[in-house]
Amino acid sequence: MEEGGGVTKKFLYVNRRAPYGSIYALESLEVVLIGAAFEQDVSLAFIDDGVYQLKKGQATDGIGMKNFSPTYNALGDYDINKIYVDKDSLEQRGLTLDDLMNLTWEDENENYAEKPSISLVNSEELAALMEQQDVVLSF
Amino acid sequence: MKLGIMVSEGPYQHQASDSAYNFTKAALEKGHEIFRVFFYHDGVNNATRLTVPPQDDRNIVNRWSELAKQYNLDLVVCIAAAQRRGLLDENEAKRNGKDANNIADGFRISGLGQLIEAGIQSERLVVFGD
Repeated sequence: MEEGGGVTKKFLYVNRRAPYGSIYALESLEVVLIGAAFEQDVSLAFIDDGVYQLKKGQATDGIGMKNFSPTYNALGDYDINKIYVDKDSLEQRGLTLDDLMNLTWEDENENYAEKPSISLVNSEELAALMEQQDVVLSF
Repeated sequence: MKLGIMVSEGPYQHQASDSAYNFTKAALEKGHEIFRVFFYHDGVNNATRLTVPPQDDRNIVNRWSELAKQYNLDLVVCIAAAQRRGLLDENEAKRNGKDANNIADGFRISGLGQLIEAGIQSERLVVFGD
């Protein structure tokens, strides 16, 4: 645990961009992983082209960039299991939940049962989620 | 109020840095406390002392350095983002076998934990980006 002064705040990371057109997605994930050491109440939201970050079967050989999508699978191990995906953004791009990686976490209170981390939300639910936060970081 | 600031875009390319500077300066002049200014993504380029803008334009890097000196501001550049983009202080230049460093006065290089800490310690974290 790193120094946070014993304070727990609600952090929301808002991911709005496609994974490889710019570095925002990768550097957002770096913040999320470092931030996990501070034991804060963390949620992730994926909206607009940000939903592509969670797309299954990413293949980056053709663009000469590292495929960092497997790292999202590790989020559950860092107790980051509140991942909200904007339903409208998915639909507008012809995607469904089945097109996304199956991100899960293990619930230690239920004999380490594997549970899905991703929830689909509408824009009203997203707005309510943002309203609850102490810190919103937008990428 | 105690405020944290995050700057996510580079100088001149994007207005985020100007807006962050103007906001930070105004807040300090009104007597607010700035816990830290954290530079991330291309925002790290606000910290290069090799910037040479035309003389009739604002000097964004010097402006931050001067504000830091005047108010004892904590200007922190993300180390991972900085190294990717060629921003090094003396220690990092040495450690990575580079022949130069380019960090401007008043800035320091540190980790992403400094951003999270700013979020925890500040009453508001204000993000200036795209």
